[in-house]
Amino acid sequence: MIDRIPSGFNPFVIPFLVGMGFVLLYCAFGVVRILFQLSREDRRKFFISLVNPKTALKNIRDIFCDCLFHVKLWKRNPLLGYMHSSIAFGWFMLILLGHIEVILFVPTRINLFYYPIFFNFFVAETDQTLRGALLFFLMDFFLLVVLSGIVLAIIKRVRSRLFGMRRTAKPSVINLIGLYALWSIFPLRLLAETFTAHISGGSFLTGPANWIFRQFLGNDLHYLPTWWAYSIVLGIFMCVLPFSRYMHIPAEMLLIPMRNAGLKIRNARKGLAKVQVYSCPNCGVCIDACPMSAGKENIKDCTVYLTRQIRRGNEKRIAEISDKCLLCGKCEAVCQVGVQGPEIRIQQRAIREYSINQDYSDIAALPVREAKVLYFSGCMSKLVPSIGRSVESVLRKAGVDVEWMDRDGGLCCGRPMLTAGRTDEAMSMVHKNEEMILASGADTLVVSCPICYRMFKESYNLPGVRVVHYSVYFDELVKAGRLHLTKSDLCYVYHDPCELGRGCGIYEEPRRLVGQAAAIAESDKCRAESVCCGGSLGSLSLSFRQREKITKASLENLYTSKADAIATACPLCQATLSRYSDRPVRDIAEIIDRQTN
Amino acid sequence: MADFGFKLSKSSTLDLDKVDLKVYNLLCKTDPDIKTCMACGSCSATCTAAPFSGMSMRKVILALQRGQDVRPMLGKCMLCGKCTMVCPRAINTRHLILSICKCYD
Repeated sequence: MIDRIPSGFNPFVIPFLVGMGFVLLYCAFGVVRILFQLSREDRRKFFISLVNPKTALKNIRDIFCDCLFHVKLWKRNPLLGYMHSSIAFGWFMLILLGHIEVILFVPTRINLFYYPIFFNFFVAETDQTLRGALLFFLMDFFLLVVLSGIVLAIIKRVRSRLFGMRRTAKPSVINLIGLYALWSIFPLRLLAETFTAHISGGSFLTGPANWIFRQFLGNDLHYLPTWWAYSIVLGIFMCVLPFSRYMHIPAEMLLIPMRNAGLKIRNARKGLAKVQVYSCPNCGVCIDACPMSAGKENIKDCTVYLTRQIRRGNEKRIAEISDKCLLCGKCEAVCQVGVQGPEIRIQQRAIREYSINQDYSDIAALPVREAKVLYFSGCMSKLVPSIGRSVESVLRKAGVDVEWMDRDGGLCCGRPMLTAGRTDEAMSMVHKNEEMILASGADTLVVSCPICYRMFKESYNLPGVRVVHYSVYFDELVKAGRLHLTKSDLCYVYHDPCELGRGCGIYEEPRRLVGQAAAIAESDKCRAESVCCGGSLGSLSLSFRQREKITKASLENLYTSKADAIATACPLCQATLSRYSDRPVRDIAEIIDRQTN
Repeated sequence: MADFGFKLSKSSTLDLDKVDLKVYNLLCKTDPDIKTCMACGSCSATCTAAPFSGMSMRKVILALQRGQDVRPMLGKCMLCGKCTMVCPRAINTRHLILSICKCYD
């Protein structure tokens, strides 16, 4: 293997160099800007996590698994997984092998940036070496892998249903340019390497193709234009990359270490949120997942469009999209790169200024009797009073010394205020509640509303108090033999409330409880994929009529189980679902209360 | 003046031609469903903040229609959203409250 061109340069590499230089500069500037946008402590946390061997190792593993192999996508749909990992991993291997070739055969040229990419143009084969044969074989093999991915991508563009996606995001013009450039890079590379295969050597793909083309192409005049074309599409792809969805390729490599460092979104437009917005690959998985898209409505209010509008700076649409969302968290659960759609929206809402700011600090603390176990039913349980009564009754049957702290009304937990983006007002309520709970001297706080439960878990500082959802507490009581359940002959389907399931990761305990008190069936979409009931307080602007469709779609999903009744563990879900349900909707507490004596 | 234990109180008559309806008119644009309120008081009956501040969405809407100041009453709203859930006219009262909080400057 020898250098064919003494200067080691040909003008056709210029478009590639321009594109590559632009991308590198843009990304370098972007990383610096984002690091400066982080708060001082976040920045410190991030840098420490980078040098911590444990997180550093996790970073490398996650980058390989998520960016190259797309493990999560494989689990979701193998065809979709293959399509993405073939392009990503194949391309990565082409670049890596290109570098190995340069190091092995023309080590003096390794300082030239473009050499590994256009290696086959610049070298000529002198004699067949085994090493070269193996590398050439691998190069052709991975090119074939990438090409198979591209073919799948083209098929997906036409029929996304084959890949398990009903709807995909509508591509913008710049995304289309990037898409077509990406599609044409690899066929052009194949052609270019084919045309020079008799000079530089080739393997099972480029070798025979070169022989075929030489049968009817008399001279070598066409190979330089092909290499030009290859370089130009590479250049175009790189130049549109920062403005298109393909920005997710570099952005994800920053997002993964940031996530592993445990950073949180503190501003909807800066720091981590910005990285997440750029990491969104516009795949559109969240469109099918979004409960609001029931009946083909509100499709343009999914997270994929939020990130797009934030990148465009379309303030009116950003506000609309952020206010409408139910914050059910399903887009986050299905997102392949981990864009925290709900959190970005909450922070976006927090940017808005209000002239009336609520303050609860002067409210007199409600008297709470001292007890070992406190029970907080929350505002919503007041609309479904049977839940509170049942929880108290079950606890009494188990012989628990319980005090119902908001039996005659209490303060809100603060989560509705927090999700409306009004953090200070919410914290004012939180501090008031903390004061009351700590004053009671309780060591356990049983909560029946998942909305409150999540708030108590995430935002309260209650040293020495165990916050527990009643389904978990009841499950423990049953296990300890303090509650004895008899089985009824009804069959229930359990509806996972968003805040309890996706929000707090409690899926098993409610099912185990219902399973002991009755027969239990599963609906099509359950656990992390469960469909929001539509009553969520997360949405500020959804009207009653718009919510009706969402609730009906959620019920349709629950009906797939053919159960006689619906069980849930959230007063809001129960109130919303029973509005349109054709079968009874019961809270787990009521079911348990009925099946104990 | 001698204190007889009673006095003449100021007239509470409202001249609807003279009241300042700026906030109400603004709300009619952002939240048009405010116009469908029939003052049933379901929102006030379920209000979490009512025991603490006398907050009543029914009174708030009435005061807005009369051009009166509603700021003190809204100062204790907890935005829990029960009023929205029980409204028989399907008014998004929670959004309405946020809009009112934005209207004053």
